[in-house]
Amino acid sequence: MLNVSIYRYNPEVDDEPYMQDFQFDTEGKDIMVLDVLEKLKIQDPSLVFRRSCREGVCGSDGVNISGKNGLACITPLSEAVKGNKLVIRPLPGLPVIRDLVIDMGQFYAQYEKIQPYMINNSPAPAIERLQSPEERAKLDGLYECILCACCSTACPSFWWNPEKFIGPSGLLQAYRFLADSRDTATEERLANLDDPFSVFRCHGIMNCVQVCPKGLNPTKAIGHIRNMLIRSAT
Amino acid sequence: MMAFFARFTLTGPSNWIIQRITAIVMAAYLFFIVGFLVINPALTYDQWSALNGLLSMRIFTLVTIAAVAFHAWIGMRCVLTDYITVRLIGPKANGVRNVLQLGLGFIILLYLMWTIKILWGL
Repeated sequence: MLNVSIYRYNPEVDDEPYMQDFQFDTEGKDIMVLDVLEKLKIQDPSLVFRRSCREGVCGSDGVNISGKNGLACITPLSEAVKGNKLVIRPLPGLPVIRDLVIDMGQFYAQYEKIQPYMINNSPAPAIERLQSPEERAKLDGLYECILCACCSTACPSFWWNPEKFIGPSGLLQAYRFLADSRDTATEERLANLDDPFSVFRCHGIMNCVQVCPKGLNPTKAIGHIRNMLIRSAT
Repeated sequence: MMAFFARFTLTGPSNWIIQRITAIVMAAYLFFIVGFLVINPALTYDQWSALNGLLSMRIFTLVTIAAVAFHAWIGMRCVLTDYITVRLIGPKANGVRNVLQLGLGFIILLYLMWTIKILWGL
């Protein structure tokens, strides 16, 4: 039997959060962490978590699994269980609404700040704005982000200053538009990021890279933004 | 001096560049001093005194201490604004942080003046 320890907190009932222990029979199968949660919810319907596509595309079920942020749906028990124990907590650093569900308002507020949409005020061409294959290739490793918040909630700089530091996810998206040949607002975008907090609170510890379930590299994107800011400042 | 420091270290890019340049200066000084000690294992007072009597060496030392001052100011301010915040310790944070920052600036200034006093034997 697998020991599963889950963070529980229902503000309407509980004075403070606590860890609830479950016994779970995996029947020897290497199933995903989300499967465990689903089965435990049958056992205890009061357990609350977010999930949707269950295949690592929607980014709903980001949780802290045995100390490491990840998507429950694509993390197999063989990666998550340490010493026959599985510990599941909400993503750290953001307010808990209930059990494993966090309030992602601060995360989205930072995402909104970087204007995550194409800005191009020149008249639209008859068919579409074309890109060369090389220009398009610059967006690889950037556009795949699913906004699951695993990276930003693994980042101490985001924990300490979530209202000032954009965070790895937002900055990855910021660079996605800075690097886009069709976007014409590069200078405005850089001006919005030009302060000691938005970008420069990244000290390159690469927690974001370590946890990203899509294998993306926000630290590298932040390095590109930093170089662009330094070049425009000097 | 405080106002000068504050203005000079206001923007992200300048902070970043200053941290790197001062780090290089400190590393160069460290390598030089360690190298000098390795080359002269039986170092005498006269040798040490002669080295530090050179004007170029005094300037090198002063520039290094100034680098330490800038590096510490930016680095410590970063630490203070990370951990001494309203989110983490409540509404008194801003006052506490300002006091600590003032203390930090005072200590840095003191070290700078002390260095000049030592180097030029005022």
